[in-house]
Amino acid sequence: MSEKMAQTAAGAGSDFDRLTLDWYIDKLVQALVFIGGISAIVFIIGIFVFISREGFGFLLGEFNFKEFFFSPNWRPTSETKETFGILALVAGTASVTGLAMLIAIPFSLGAAIFIAEFASGKTREFLKITVELLAAIPSVVWGFIGLAIMNPIIIETFDVPVGLNVLNAGVILGLMAAPIMTSIAEDALNAVPDPYREAAEAMGATRWQVIYKVVLPAAKNGLLGAVLLGVGRGFGETMAVLMATGHSINIPTSVFDSVRALTATIAAELGETAAGSPHYQALFTIGIFLFVITFIINLAADLVVRGVKKG
Amino acid sequence: MNNTTGSQDAGLAIHTEKLNLWYGTFQALFDVDLKIKQGIITSMIGPSGCGKSTFLRSVNRINERLGYVRITGAIDVMGENIYAPGVELVQVRKQIGMVFQRPNPLPISIRENVLFGHRIHNAATKTSKSEADDIVEGALKTVLLWDKVKDRLDTKATGLSLEEQQKLCIARLLPVKPGVLLMDEPCSALDPKGTEAVEELIWELRGQYTILIVTHNMAQARRASEECIFMLMGKVVEHSDTGKMFVTPENKETSDYIEGRYG
Repeated sequence: MSEKMAQTAAGAGSDFDRLTLDWYIDKLVQALVFIGGISAIVFIIGIFVFISREGFGFLLGEFNFKEFFFSPNWRPTSETKETFGILALVAGTASVTGLAMLIAIPFSLGAAIFIAEFASGKTREFLKITVELLAAIPSVVWGFIGLAIMNPIIIETFDVPVGLNVLNAGVILGLMAAPIMTSIAEDALNAVPDPYREAAEAMGATRWQVIYKVVLPAAKNGLLGAVLLGVGRGFGETMAVLMATGHSINIPTSVFDSVRALTATIAAELGETAAGSPHYQALFTIGIFLFVITFIINLAADLVVRGVKKG
Repeated sequence: MNNTTGSQDAGLAIHTEKLNLWYGTFQALFDVDLKIKQGIITSMIGPSGCGKSTFLRSVNRINERLGYVRITGAIDVMGENIYAPGVELVQVRKQIGMVFQRPNPLPISIRENVLFGHRIHNAATKTSKSEADDIVEGALKTVLLWDKVKDRLDTKATGLSLEEQQKLCIARLLPVKPGVLLMDEPCSALDPKGTEAVEELIWELRGQYTILIVTHNMAQARRASEECIFMLMGKVVEHSDTGKMFVTPENKETSDYIEGRYG
């Protein structure tokens, strides 16, 4: 009798034994997902540490705050006196990004409003897929379009000597940034609950009144986030800008001036410098600067997009 | 006995004839003939999917935003066919206000919510601040909300309690002076206390507006309406005085439903 009871107890014990194969698989998958999850953070920190270390020597040694930010002279290979002023490069990047946003914001918001509010069924699916395809075009292809197609068109239309300038790069960058901005702006519009639209329509609002008075105000944080991400994209873009700006150091006074961008400078010059030299370190300092700027823009975008979910 | 409406026939607020409605290929309404009288509360009851909400939504033509709705027959509201080709949707919806199942105030201030309809329909003329204040105060007083919210008119309407939101949703219809108010289960998202408050409000509005209210709550239909329509499978089964329907229904289906044998 007691033997039998002991057996039952042991049997029950094994039924509740949690160390089965499923349990091990579960733990293994949890571990893998955890490693995958934190690796992104580890890599980003690693990149930042690496860039900082390479640029640090310059920051401590030859770095002159006033010259670096306020001198338009970027002459890293001068025989007589090397100067590292990024003002002209910042002006180049800012002018191209600014023009790009002037082009991309109306286009992308218009496209997003059309896709989210007016298009339906197959048209809508087709447009969404097309926009996503556009976002996937490699930047070097955009650069090629700037170089081979836009360049002669600009020379002919405006009768200017060089077609690789702020206008060219701005248009190319605007077209590049528009799809991703459209995609995010459309998500923001879709996140506006449908009962809002229904309520406004039931009161007799026209489609445009619904969009203008209800949907856009409700989605404004998400739309601002889309614009900021577009700015971040424009700031960080390298290849297309390198190919379409003309790559000459210049503070532009018109859209037909050639300029050079921060990113393009790093891409073009890093391969030709001696590792550890002041020039090499100055380029990494530009890298830190870009990293900080894009980080701030992305963080700001993230914060405003989050704001919409809380409110 | 009723000095606001003339003869029985002229006093019809909503009159439908042979109304059929399809969602795509699915037919939701079959030959609906209804005569809904002006100035009283009429309730519509019936099991889920019987077409009562569909009917309500087609009187405001809000159904059309789905895009795959097809209709035959006629709906006359205040003697005019709202599906006639020359009819302007904006005017239809001004005449016929709609309250939804879930309170859906717009994500703007309480004040702007009340003024939203007014602004849309009076876009050409500028409304002065004092006029706007009067409109807001009047509408909110009618729905018994003024004392609760008068100090926070500029806060977001979405921060109100569900009961207050639903009252606001009724209040924002009033400034454009609609003839008909449609209510699609206006209390089903509210707790019992909120339900009672909103029902009382609807009862208060009786006489000034023709009210058509869809409800799945038979007790509510019984206590809060004067006439009652019972629908089943897209067809009208019975339309009579509420008191009569709940005591001596004419059809077997009606009595089965009322006594809770199905639905």
